[in-house]
Amino acid sequence: MKALNNFFLLLCSHLLLVTSIAFSAELKEPMHPDWSFEGPLGKFDRASLQRGYQVYTEVCSGCHSMNLLSYRNLVEEGGPEFSESQAKVMAAAFEVPGVPNSDGEVEMRPAILSDKFVSPYENEQQGRAANGGAYPPDLSVMVKARHGGADYIYSLLLGYVDAPNDVKLDDGVYYNKYAKGQKIAMPQVLYEDGVEYTDGTIATQEQMSRDVTMFLTWAAEPKLEARKRIGFKVISYLLILSVLLYFTNRQIWKES
Amino acid sequence: MSDNYQPTSAVGRWFNDRLPLLNLIYGHLLPYPTPKNLNYWWTFGGILTFCLLTQIITGLVLAMHYVADADQAFASVEHIMRDVNYGWLLRYIHANGASLFFMAVYIHMARSLFYGSYKEPRELIWIIGVFIFLLMIATAFMGYVLPWGQMSFWGATVITNLFSAIPVVGESVTNWLWGGYAVGSPLLTRFFTLHYLMPFLIFALVILHVWALHVPGNNNPEGINVVQGSQDTVPFHPHYVVKDLFALVVFMIIFAGFVFFVPNILGHSDNYIQANPLQTPEHIVPEWYFLPFYAILRSVPDKLGGVILMVSAIAILAFLPWLDTSKVRSAKYRPLYRQFVWLFFADVILLGYLGAQTADGLYLIIGRIATIYYFVHFIVIMPLLGFIEKTKPLPKSLSEPVLSKEEREMKAGATVSA
Amino acid sequence: MSEKKVTRRNFLYVTTGAFTAAGAASIAWPFIDQMNPDASVKALASTEIDLRPIVPGQSITVLWRGKPVFVRRRTQEEIDEAQMVALTDLPDPQDDSERAINPEWLVMVGICTHLGCIPLGQKGDYNGWFCPCHGSHYDTSGRIRKGPAPTNLEIPEYVFLNDNTIKIG
Repeated sequence: MKALNNFFLLLCSHLLLVTSIAFSAELKEPMHPDWSFEGPLGKFDRASLQRGYQVYTEVCSGCHSMNLLSYRNLVEEGGPEFSESQAKVMAAAFEVPGVPNSDGEVEMRPAILSDKFVSPYENEQQGRAANGGAYPPDLSVMVKARHGGADYIYSLLLGYVDAPNDVKLDDGVYYNKYAKGQKIAMPQVLYEDGVEYTDGTIATQEQMSRDVTMFLTWAAEPKLEARKRIGFKVISYLLILSVLLYFTNRQIWKES
Repeated sequence: MSDNYQPTSAVGRWFNDRLPLLNLIYGHLLPYPTPKNLNYWWTFGGILTFCLLTQIITGLVLAMHYVADADQAFASVEHIMRDVNYGWLLRYIHANGASLFFMAVYIHMARSLFYGSYKEPRELIWIIGVFIFLLMIATAFMGYVLPWGQMSFWGATVITNLFSAIPVVGESVTNWLWGGYAVGSPLLTRFFTLHYLMPFLIFALVILHVWALHVPGNNNPEGINVVQGSQDTVPFHPHYVVKDLFALVVFMIIFAGFVFFVPNILGHSDNYIQANPLQTPEHIVPEWYFLPFYAILRSVPDKLGGVILMVSAIAILAFLPWLDTSKVRSAKYRPLYRQFVWLFFADVILLGYLGAQTADGLYLIIGRIATIYYFVHFIVIMPLLGFIEKTKPLPKSLSEPVLSKEEREMKAGATVSA
Repeated sequence: MSEKKVTRRNFLYVTTGAFTAAGAASIAWPFIDQMNPDASVKALASTEIDLRPIVPGQSITVLWRGKPVFVRRRTQEEIDEAQMVALTDLPDPQDDSERAINPEWLVMVGICTHLGCIPLGQKGDYNGWFCPCHGSHYDTSGRIRKGPAPTNLEIPEYVFLNDNTIKIG
């Protein structure tokens, strides 16, 4: 089944998305770790999603928004599946503007589950100003918005190496093996023990990249598990129906 | 056939006496005499009906949640994907449905080309089909704009700018289309309106398409005339209802494969980036089903010329019944055409491949040759073949080909032994 | 054709037909369910209300889940009136204490239980609410007294977070 799936992928990507060839010249083929969400019955690794959320909040969220997500999503089935009380505490760590009070003043209140993820900047201009002109993009659907998807994000996070001597880098530009043209405006952010995982996992650079990529993949495609689960049933049903119809069809034509 | 049908129930008779709707449906779906030798390439008519209905129904429910405003469109699509119950399923069916629709329509057209289904007396069926195809192109293009991603925005910009190639009034026309001085909210809203309307026009044309088909009856792989109601035909139900259904379910398996396991593989990742009028993506590529026409557009170094050539590439199809001078329909009995039609299919696939490449260097040269060949096929080869091709003898009736082959073998054997 | 063959054939036809019908029926569900309240609507915030600015005899209307909610600080007179009514006089008997956690504060969904109009405050024969659409009269506890409405005005779920704040939902 997995082989079939891979074949399908290969077929599609070669026959129809020949565009990829055009990219390969300036893009290095990303690493391809084993992802638990791949394959026709793939699922997210819950613990990894939870750690990924921690990496996002402690590291990425300083610059990157995720404005399509709400704190309630952290509780929903098929996601990190934090308990409701855990998620409430996580949400309450952020402040959002409340409704205007009777004097017409807006006071800040702790966020609740129905609030959207709080953005680091008030607007794009503020984001640019804080990052030397380069706006850190929203990460909500980032995994689907980049060619190479999860593999690309994962590789990019691990792709920071010293620039070769013949490469000259401007201010605010960093060298990354997997970035387009090997240059990127985002500095390296993940270092050994950059976070202290609450579940005791050792926070290697690879571990953090893997966890946060898993988290971002879920964020981009939160219904992935339901999709694959339902898809498996639908295809099974259709296969049986096709066999039944095949024999019915044969019978009908035999009789005429 | 349909005239002497009587519904069995009293209510049915009461209704039918006043409005013979049941007669109409009965006549066209149940005993309708169909050539008995139709192969699986003939199942795509039914598959396409399914595609159209799927797009209309999923589109209708998506429209209940979608917001056609430049500031909210992208987020509303993501709202469908995340919050609406089964919204992800409905959207993925609709998005992949467009691709599968085109896949099926190309096969349907290729079948028509191969077996000469466009020829006398079926010219009008074919021409209505060309109009359906045109409407499909317009509908799909406008639909792709609605999620308001980078490809949506820049695709809309590039295509609407084609109209600026019109001499003198070009700029006024584009401004009129945009409702402004660039692609923005007004364009999005009107595209949504038209995208909603066009499928119903397609539906109306499909009814005419089928109506026109049922006058002469189906063509068939042998390409010869069959006498309706003779030994050469079988009733549409159950023979072709069940056969079409079987083919449809196989098609649905492929469809489901895309929707549930690789829902984004036919799309472009840039369309998950919200439209940004200040930044063009590095490679603007249309959806795969437009690539051959896109390649034709780009192969001409002149703005107006490119547009004219691309439009001609589709328009020329409407003249095909008269460009083809051969009296024989099926490529089975046309040894030369049989080779040229495959060459033509290969040319279109090559154009599709080139449409996805950067338009320079070798690609551009091959693209030009392929474009020229596309037109040469219709303007030179098709008319010429009718005069120079020596066609194989046609069977007298559908029951004959098998017999005659045996007969021929027997005859051949007799000559050798003698 | 033998009888056995016919039975087998019919079995095949019936199975195929039933299987197709079952599939077609289950396909309908996503198209129906998509119209139900979605995840973002279900998670809609509960509303907190600051009671300080409301003086006795005054009411405010706030929006909660798209519906108007009346919050009224009742006068002593209104409270007495509401508490003294005999339950037997009521079409939908309910004691005032069941309707107000703190007798001073009446919190209820401001939608007439007849056909969904918004009743006007301090109007009608019972000095409570009066629905102008079809003439339903409610008393100072929001209970139906006269007119076509079948039940009392609905009380939403709410709690007192402190003396000055309530949270609805």
